[in-house]
Amino acid sequence: MKTTYIPVAEDFQPLGEAVDAERIDRPSLSYWQDVSRRLRSNTRATISLYMVVALVLFTVAGPWLWRVDPALQDLEQISQAPNLGRFALIIADKEPLTEVTARQISQPAGSTSTAPQRLRVLGTAHSEGVTIAWDGVAGASGYQLYRHELEPSGINDLGLPLDQLRASKLSYQDRLGLETRRYYYSVVALFDGAEEDSFASLPVDVEQAIRLSEAHFRGLVDDASDSSLIGSKIRLEVHPFGTDYLGRDMLARLMWGARTSLFIGLVAPLLYVAIGLAYGGLAGYSGGRTDNLMMRFADFVIALPFLLFMILFKIAFGLGPGESGVGPMLLALILLSWPATARLVRGQVLQIREEAYIAAARLMGASAPYLVARHMLPNVMGVLLVSLTFAIPTAIFIEAFLSFIGMGVVPPTPSWGSMCNDGIRTMLSHPHELIFPAVFISMTVLAFNLLGDGLRDAMDARMRSDS
Amino acid sequence: MLVYICKRLLSGIITIWFIATATFIGMHMVPGDPLLNDKAVTPEIRANLERAYGLDKPVPVQYLIYLRNMAKGDFGISFTQQNRRVNDIIAEHFPVSATLGVLALFFAAAGGITWGALTALYRDQWPDFVIMFLVIVCVSVPSFVFAALGQLAILRTNELLGISLLPVAGWGTLGHMIVPALVLGLGTMAYLTRLMRSSMLEVADTDYIRTAKAKGLAPSRIFFRHQLRNAILPVVTVLGPSIAAITTGGFVVELVFAIPGLGRYFVQAVQQLDYTVIMGTTVFYGAFLVLMVIAVDIVYGFIDPRIQVTKSVG
Repeated sequence: MKTTYIPVAEDFQPLGEAVDAERIDRPSLSYWQDVSRRLRSNTRATISLYMVVALVLFTVAGPWLWRVDPALQDLEQISQAPNLGRFALIIADKEPLTEVTARQISQPAGSTSTAPQRLRVLGTAHSEGVTIAWDGVAGASGYQLYRHELEPSGINDLGLPLDQLRASKLSYQDRLGLETRRYYYSVVALFDGAEEDSFASLPVDVEQAIRLSEAHFRGLVDDASDSSLIGSKIRLEVHPFGTDYLGRDMLARLMWGARTSLFIGLVAPLLYVAIGLAYGGLAGYSGGRTDNLMMRFADFVIALPFLLFMILFKIAFGLGPGESGVGPMLLALILLSWPATARLVRGQVLQIREEAYIAAARLMGASAPYLVARHMLPNVMGVLLVSLTFAIPTAIFIEAFLSFIGMGVVPPTPSWGSMCNDGIRTMLSHPHELIFPAVFISMTVLAFNLLGDGLRDAMDARMRSDS
Repeated sequence: MLVYICKRLLSGIITIWFIATATFIGMHMVPGDPLLNDKAVTPEIRANLERAYGLDKPVPVQYLIYLRNMAKGDFGISFTQQNRRVNDIIAEHFPVSATLGVLALFFAAAGGITWGALTALYRDQWPDFVIMFLVIVCVSVPSFVFAALGQLAILRTNELLGISLLPVAGWGTLGHMIVPALVLGLGTMAYLTRLMRSSMLEVADTDYIRTAKAKGLAPSRIFFRHQLRNAILPVVTVLGPSIAAITTGGFVVELVFAIPGLGRYFVQAVQQLDYTVIMGTTVFYGAFLVLMVIAVDIVYGFIDPRIQVTKSVG
């Protein structure tokens, strides 16, 4: 059966204009949107971006949350390893001196040993004092005391000589720079002033102690006269990153040091990149003789031996009393670093100046300021941003380096470099004092380097670091 | 070529003059008094000292005298050790720094070329990842940390072996030099590794490598004869500026390892405000670096005949 379609009037409606036929479905991306998309697809760059954000938070918000004075010296807790509040024994302000003298005990008759017997601790061994006592050796003219941090391996390895005592004294109170650790005390009897070959040795674990009045002063106990507290234990201040050689809190110093280091690391590059942009832009835009002269001068500045002049300018710009040394360092850094950016910008400007779109804009009557603002700057911006991200770790390095050799930030202002300088002296016994600031410098530099790599790759496929 | 060398030398001399002037200006801005030391000095002695150092003359005259002496290569007499000439101090301490620097540069170049070539050879395989990770670590960790770790490593090795395999600090024998030179060269090595890698990868894409492969040359021959030789060239160019980085970076290593080099002496001189030593050392180092860069550029022209040095003036 064959049906014939009969057209009706509605079939002959005009279609309308096909406006959407060539419409592009996806939203068009601007250059910067494209850069940010490419940057976010780069895992390493994303991680480094988070690291930078975390560092900025640590620096800005850190001191608000962790309200510890970075300059407060706690001589009870020098060079403590990271801890969550150590316990201390409360002791009386004035402890009676316990002493053992030869008269008080009976001499063991007939003992053939020349090594003192029954070496023991009197009372508790705590950081305010360790009292050791021993039995006398018949016929000894005196005793020589030693303290060692390791177990003595023989008569020649007894450690630090503490004191020489008369024969009538059979006890000794050691208060010499005690740390909370294990010490080995050794006693050697003296016969006619000469040391015997045999010795007695005793391992002593020293406990942290705090005097009642000191605990009250720090607000750890309410009542300074409450003697019932004596002998009880109390939790001392928390030092999550330990303390340094003056008992200052490492976490607070790291945060405040970050302010110094990141301030120099961010502000100096920003300023000298801006100066370089103006200088290089002017040179490139003017061209000819002006350009030649200006770039010659920049070449001279580049030829200066950088670190020597950093040090020279740093001292030349002087340091008034009570200043931190950040200002001179910033100035020196800017004075010496701008030519690299100037060169870069000049090269870019020279290149852009010859582009067809500049000629087109000129033909259409664009003014010089418009050309610079609308065409030159945005096109230079990418390269500039990359060089800025690489300039930041360099500046942080230079600050750390100068502070490390003692030419940078002046104490008590903390900076990561000066903390490393302090930490390297106690590197063997208290490694955390060097490790933490060093790790912070390394992580910061790493983050900015990776971010710079990522930015460079995202900005321009031609500038890729690899492939 | 001769014209080029002359031109470069002339611009080098102008650069050195600029360095000397900047040093002079910087030094005269420094607050403090170099003649003010612990000992009380009578006005007469002080006047004599000022005359001896030419400090009694007006500053422009001092500048001219300074330039004249610099041109003669005479850096004057130290302020703190008044029987020592700065030239003698440089002559005594610079060879130490230079030896360390050359050794460090050797480590850096040898390491950088080897590692860079390896990463290119094993591209996107685990040796590449491991080496490039180490490179990033080397770039990110400050040199004084490496110096401290190097010293610690020597100490622990000596303890472990029970003998003194390498000295922990000081100067004199080859044993003193190895670890400090390694530490000093580490940053440059990382940089050169990166450069070598990208250079190798670039060369790998060239037509002559494809031709060599098509000819059926042995892979090892292609690698060593064609790829490596051509990829090394860009690395050679940065060796000049690298000398600058290494010699000035020597401060830290010299301080940590107690090496009596010029860098450590410079830091000391700055702390004691020893004017003549500071100025002499700065100008000396500046001149050394300028001449080094010129020398490398000229040598580069000989190594690679494709580079027409006469055209790249400026």
